[in-house]
Amino acid sequence: MTELKNELIRHSAADLAAKLAAREVSAVEVTQAHLDRIADVDGQVNAFLHVNSEEALAVAADVDAARAAGGAAAEELHALAGVPIAVKDLIVTIGQPTTAGSKILEGWHSPYDATVVKKLRAARMPILGKTNLDEFAMGSSTEHSAFGPTRNPWDLDRIPGGSGGGSAAAVAAFEAPLALGTDTGGSIRQPGAVTGTVGVKPTYGAVSRYGAIAMASSLDQIGPVSRTVLDSALLQEVIGGHDPFDSTSLTDPFNDLVAAARLGNVDGMKIGIVKELHGEGYQAGVEKRFNESLQLLKDAGADIVEVSCPNLKYALGAYYLIMPSEASSNLAKFDGVRFGLRELPKDGPMTIERVMGATRAAGFGDEVKRRIILGTYALSAGYYDAYYGSAQKVRTLIQRDFDAAFAKADVLISPTAPTTAFKLGEKLEDPLAMYLNDVATIPANLAGIPGLSLPGGLADEDGLPVGIQLLAPARQDARLYRVGAVLESALEEKWGGPILAKAPVLGSAATTAGGSN
Amino acid sequence: MSVDATLSFEEAMEKYDPVLGFEVHVELNTKTKMFSSAPNVFGDEPNTNVNEVDLGMPGVLPVVNKAAVESSIKIGLALNCKIAESCRFARKNYFYPDTPKNFQTSQYDEPIAYDGYLDIELEDGTVFRVEIERAHMEEDAGKLTHMGGAAGRIQGADYSLVDYNRSGVPLVEIVTKPIEGAGSRAPELAKAYVAAVREIVKNLGVSDAKMERGNVRCDANVSLRPHGRERFGIRSETKNVNSLRAVEHAVRYEIQRHAAVLESGEPVIQETRHWHEDTRSTTSGRPKSDADDYRYFPEPDLVPVVASREWVEELRATLPEPPAERRKRLKEAWGYSDLEFRDVVNAGVMDSIEETIAAGASADVARKWWMGEIVGRAKVADVDPSELGVTPQVIVELNKLVEGGKINNKMATQVLDGVLAGEGTPAEIVEKRGLAVVSDDGPLLEAIDAALAAQPDVAEKIRGGKVQAIGAIVGGVMKATRGQADAGRVRELILEKLAVEG
Repeated sequence: MTELKNELIRHSAADLAAKLAAREVSAVEVTQAHLDRIADVDGQVNAFLHVNSEEALAVAADVDAARAAGGAAAEELHALAGVPIAVKDLIVTIGQPTTAGSKILEGWHSPYDATVVKKLRAARMPILGKTNLDEFAMGSSTEHSAFGPTRNPWDLDRIPGGSGGGSAAAVAAFEAPLALGTDTGGSIRQPGAVTGTVGVKPTYGAVSRYGAIAMASSLDQIGPVSRTVLDSALLQEVIGGHDPFDSTSLTDPFNDLVAAARLGNVDGMKIGIVKELHGEGYQAGVEKRFNESLQLLKDAGADIVEVSCPNLKYALGAYYLIMPSEASSNLAKFDGVRFGLRELPKDGPMTIERVMGATRAAGFGDEVKRRIILGTYALSAGYYDAYYGSAQKVRTLIQRDFDAAFAKADVLISPTAPTTAFKLGEKLEDPLAMYLNDVATIPANLAGIPGLSLPGGLADEDGLPVGIQLLAPARQDARLYRVGAVLESALEEKWGGPILAKAPVLGSAATTAGGSN
Repeated sequence: MSVDATLSFEEAMEKYDPVLGFEVHVELNTKTKMFSSAPNVFGDEPNTNVNEVDLGMPGVLPVVNKAAVESSIKIGLALNCKIAESCRFARKNYFYPDTPKNFQTSQYDEPIAYDGYLDIELEDGTVFRVEIERAHMEEDAGKLTHMGGAAGRIQGADYSLVDYNRSGVPLVEIVTKPIEGAGSRAPELAKAYVAAVREIVKNLGVSDAKMERGNVRCDANVSLRPHGRERFGIRSETKNVNSLRAVEHAVRYEIQRHAAVLESGEPVIQETRHWHEDTRSTTSGRPKSDADDYRYFPEPDLVPVVASREWVEELRATLPEPPAERRKRLKEAWGYSDLEFRDVVNAGVMDSIEETIAAGASADVARKWWMGEIVGRAKVADVDPSELGVTPQVIVELNKLVEGGKINNKMATQVLDGVLAGEGTPAEIVEKRGLAVVSDDGPLLEAIDAALAAQPDVAEKIRGGKVQAIGAIVGGVMKATRGQADAGRVRELILEKLAVEG
């Protein structure tokens, strides 16, 4: 039985979907296997802030009943019906708390579902629970969560990336086959890179943001987290599409993603190496795996070209003006008046301003406060043009750089992050070093273009996963899946299987297996 | 609160030249709110017309109400504005509990309508052009009620209640350019301008336009400069002047107050002022300066509003007749003289008369009631005639009672008073007060017999052909019936009785 459950949790979502459709396994068995795995290993990993067993099993039982009934009920089931999923705790859900990783929302229950959650429910995918994150998605290590850090399944002393470390670690630790993340500057892709999983930031507007607690509205995007490229394509097709509740959502259907992931060739495609996004500042083992990936794509029939995006050197600076500016305004609503924490001043007059102040002082962590202060300053009269205004100009320049690059290449490629997973605590006292982790992922958010990170093997020096990032023009998300799937399969051949198969064993299996690996 | 010194208006005018400016907020009567699908309804149970968007719950996003954009374009067109082909919303950031997101979504540097004008006709027919700087879209805040403490202000209150039903109600803010050259007619112009804006939005059907409900709210800016000086003086902004008469009074008061400050050699403080209807004066609010930092930036959750020229022209084609043209048409239709019509307009009862005529009264009857009875009573009650509580149906009903001989004119005015006292409909009041004209001849004949018996000499005179003496007998009958008899009928019956040809 343990063997069977272990087997179930190691399947991709696509494989689970096939087994469910063929009635080889039941949705309840699949869901229970993952709940068991969470119970077994999450004490070590801390990927989940809330586990939603009852509802998940009820949804799974529903799917099983529909399938058993046959006929129209079974035929109407979505391909992923019964495949469980974890949801980043920045995305609001009815029936489960939503905390955004912050004390200020501890215990808060949303009265409404995010659009993506409605879509998961419509597809009848059991929601396993809510995953940990840096508070309000602000961070690159998940150490800024008010509820303790998530640990990297590859090495429990290391960070799982951030802000979506919980979603990436849950998928990497086989606690869930799929997860939802949000990506404002790399929060899906960088955790994917350091945990050996796949993460996609779709084109801005491809997936509705309604119900994702906003950090920076013009940069935020919800996207899939998975262990295979095909699984991310399947999930993006579930959650994508126009939403009348999100004015910035696109009307394009984005329904060619799964087909692209299954296409299996890159013949004649031009893949552009972004000169500014590798080399100096990148760990040697990262650079080595990156170069191997280029060779693999070349061997698969792609043309490798080099492109330059000279304005990317301003990206980090522009990002750290635009993101905090928007965040300072988006987070103003957390004031203790209508929901969440309310903290009364310890002494002095009990005025509304002082209650708001005491609530925000007690409810927000340091990184959140840092960004609110930075953003408030950047938007202030007299500074607006120099900071926010200039940053928006840089954004336009970066978009132009990408336009020019995409005139020469169909897809761009770079390492996802400059380094492999660093140790917990290593960069906590040095915000700038922490911010540098996102140097390769931020440009896609500024330009609104889609980006995908997939595991490119393990770094020689530390044996930890390296992420390879692919970027495509806006609305061309399909290209990411096409190239990503080809590269994934070439890498699996080279490494003799999925990279994650090399991750250490966790939980009770590790104890019983003793020192066998 | 200290009472500010004022100079007499005449003295102020001798030395200074007022410059005005108005920000008029118009609440649109769209079915739903500016950025959410919650109902836009006035007067419901607090916090019932709200959804997660209006409450600023985590994760929500705004969506622009197309009907509100249409209404805004119509207002812009009616104010002779240009309509922006593309415009954006911005966030105005400030912490206050009536604003659930702690920012207001408004338009800042890209209003939907700009560069317009409105020709305002003053009482004597003088036309004054007010330049419109812009009309922009925004959302209303929730309504705060401060409990305990002084003067209903948040400072010192025990606690405050907030009703978010109003949160997110679509608003159009109409901002004038500085209005110069009105001189001593500034207060009158102020009232006429706000009346004109209210008339336009009501006429367009885009707002319920009820000032007493806050559908139309006016902030009045006043500054003074010595005659002949180009540079503007320092202005005050009087908030929430919410009736037409209050607009006139507030502007007049501020002119007098500014003049006194300037005369004393002190500088005028740039600040917001609060209007108090009870004392007809303003008190100092918070200091306001151009440096108030709302950290405006373009609303990243919304895409620009694009108004294609085709759409704008389609909307222009749907605009109703402008009020000035309408006045011309109504005057002709009603057959009033210049003087009669001007009095009607100045008394602010043109709409009421139109409604009364629409309800079935003749133009003359409608005018007789509104001008003859209601305007005077409104003046005594210190309210606008339309706000006195007389509906067109009441007048139609009253007139029917008079024309049908049920009551006479004198009784009708008593019935009107009864209506205003809340005693019920005219018919109910006639019933309750026992006011019906006695038209049953039986009781009249008895009263006539009694009167004739009481004054036999008079009866003899009448028989003898001195018909003019009949007044004494009629008087006796009226007295006996406590005025309820129809005097004409009494006269007829007396003459009949005495077999005299009237």
